[in-house]
Amino acid sequence: MRRAVKMTAVVASAVLALSAAGCGGKKASTGGGGGSESQKSLKVGLAYDVGGRGDKSFNDAAYAGLQKVQSDLKLDVKDIEAKEGESDNDKIQRLQLLAQSGYNPVIAVGFVYATALGKVAPKFPNTKFAIIDDNSIQQANVADLLFAEQEGSYLVGAAAAKKSKTGSIGFIGGVETPLIKKFEAGYVAGAKKINPNVKVQIKYISQPPDFGGFKDPAKGKTIAQGMYDGGADVIYAAAGLSGSGSLQAATSTKKWFIGVDSDQYQSASADEKPYVLTSMLKRVDTAVFNFVKDVGDNKFQKGDQRFSLKNDGIDYSKSNPSALGDLSATLDDLKQQIVSGKITPPEK
Amino acid sequence: MISNLLAKSYARTVVAALVALVFAIVVTSIVLSVSGFNPPSTFQAMFSFGKQPDSVVNTVNRAAAYYLSALAVAIGFRMNLFNIGVDGQYRLAAMVAAAAGGAWALPAGLHQLVIILVAAVVGGAWAALAAILKVTRGVSEVISTIMLNFIGTGVIAFLLSPDRLAVKVAGSNNIGTKPIASSGRVPGISYPGSDLKIYGLVLLAVLAGLGFWFMVNRTRFGFDLRATGLSQSAAVASGVDTKRMVIIAMALSGAVAGLVGMPQLLGGSYSYSLDFPTGIGFTGIGIALLGRNNPVGIAFASLLWAFLDQSSQILEFNDIPKEIVAITQAAVLLSVVVVYEIVNRVGRRMDQRRVAAQLGEVAA
Repeated sequence: MRRAVKMTAVVASAVLALSAAGCGGKKASTGGGGGSESQKSLKVGLAYDVGGRGDKSFNDAAYAGLQKVQSDLKLDVKDIEAKEGESDNDKIQRLQLLAQSGYNPVIAVGFVYATALGKVAPKFPNTKFAIIDDNSIQQANVADLLFAEQEGSYLVGAAAAKKSKTGSIGFIGGVETPLIKKFEAGYVAGAKKINPNVKVQIKYISQPPDFGGFKDPAKGKTIAQGMYDGGADVIYAAAGLSGSGSLQAATSTKKWFIGVDSDQYQSASADEKPYVLTSMLKRVDTAVFNFVKDVGDNKFQKGDQRFSLKNDGIDYSKSNPSALGDLSATLDDLKQQIVSGKITPPEK
Repeated sequence: MISNLLAKSYARTVVAALVALVFAIVVTSIVLSVSGFNPPSTFQAMFSFGKQPDSVVNTVNRAAAYYLSALAVAIGFRMNLFNIGVDGQYRLAAMVAAAAGGAWALPAGLHQLVIILVAAVVGGAWAALAAILKVTRGVSEVISTIMLNFIGTGVIAFLLSPDRLAVKVAGSNNIGTKPIASSGRVPGISYPGSDLKIYGLVLLAVLAGLGFWFMVNRTRFGFDLRATGLSQSAAVASGVDTKRMVIIAMALSGAVAGLVGMPQLLGGSYSYSLDFPTGIGFTGIGIALLGRNNPVGIAFASLLWAFLDQSSQILEFNDIPKEIVAITQAAVLLSVVVVYEIVNRVGRRMDQRRVAAQLGEVAA
């Protein structure tokens, strides 16, 4: 009995701790103020994967797009997060709940929604859906928003190799999935383009089905620390929230850090900013905003919409010019070559 | 006399659970009020959402997985073994079973049976590793099972690669095992008003519950199990081979854990992919405690838990943080154990007094 009491305390406190962590960095979303009722013709729904808002990266990029929808288009928005350990049925119900309640368009953030969307979309033919990072669902009312992450990663890989004095750079992936492998492949290829002898240390924080690697700043920090100690002086972290830990390690060792998805120079604290070399921008925000705008303008397009360097859906950030220096000339040249098709960064 | 006592212990459990639930509702209400939300309307929103047909289906499906998971934990608990590795056991089992089911073409009936058997064997074997370590090297099963969770995750990551057991889903960033053919699927049960189906293998959870009850209460093995749990030295003295018991109980616990993923695998997803649910093994620990390791209690506990999880979805929709539900769950869990302990002590004291009074009468 004693033991049971003890274990209960442990389990209960763990549950509480988890929920408290989940509360951090969150605020309730509100309907778009301003605009009169007639302008609020659209209500925009957005469903995140586990982790959700507050990762300063992928999900926050989607949220930034949603905020822009709210402020620029004056539309009602609603965003909902997934629950740990849920099945496709829960995702189906979540999307249905949004569609039933009159949310149109509805945006599913992340490939985990693919199966659920495939079942929900046909039931609501008048609702427009979008899914990010997946094109397995091809239906008349579904837009598949895809990104050429390898292109941007190629550029920051080149930046890393060029900036490195030790000839050794690092890559930290959040979770070893095919998606993050794309980041790695582009990064390594870009670095090798600049310096064929460059040493790239590659580490993934967790392996699927453990998706904790996207939200573990402590591990992101430890791994980055290890890489810096091992001679690397630039690290690219494609690891969601975990990347913020890697940035801390960069700051304390005074080495370079490259952000991912969002421009992490903007979200970094004042003492961290100088060490953010650049960020690989995956403009999920632009994609979300343009999608909603298109729906509003009756210009919805079904099927694949690819975002790449060509249409500014992928880019690298220049928000830290003192760090980037004359690097941007090289990067812009490479960018031009990718856009024109001279260079094709590998996907794996 | 015995039936009288039994009825009493059941009554105690029920009273404890109800008090705990009320306590949890009070705690949640306080948290809600402090955060500036209206408790009655919040509970009402949860309740009316929770009783929608779609929600009922999802709640039952969720509860089935929770139930099997908690049952697995309870088998260990009955013997004072703490199987914290249910999570790794069910995921590894589901993955291997999914791969086997996808690779083999078998006639319907046999196909499902083989998949379920594979899952039970893999789960059991994985848990037995911890048991063997315990009986041969004296490694605490708490440590070894939790470590085996991580190893299990690593093994799944290794196997779930396009070079080995997985196939890439076209156009998706997901990868999973080859989908199980229709001969290996279990049809769902329709629920009026919902397009979603209740997994057919929810019945497996019911069967497992019946089996658990029968084993613990009506077999010699179950007697040995309980005896070892209550007092190991007494069990040894009466001729129970505790080492053997540890291995069998742990393997059995793992085998039941292996079934956790089956309702969903054969009833909904047909493939083990990156988005297969995780963490159910840990939820099971809490539910086993809440259900007092009793198959009926666990059934109520898992339904309650699933209902709370399910209805929490509406909270976010109303701009109330869904973590509120986690507070409710934690409060239920914490208070049920405390309350049970109190009710139990009071009950025991009453018993003692009554017995003393009876003895006094006899003596007089």
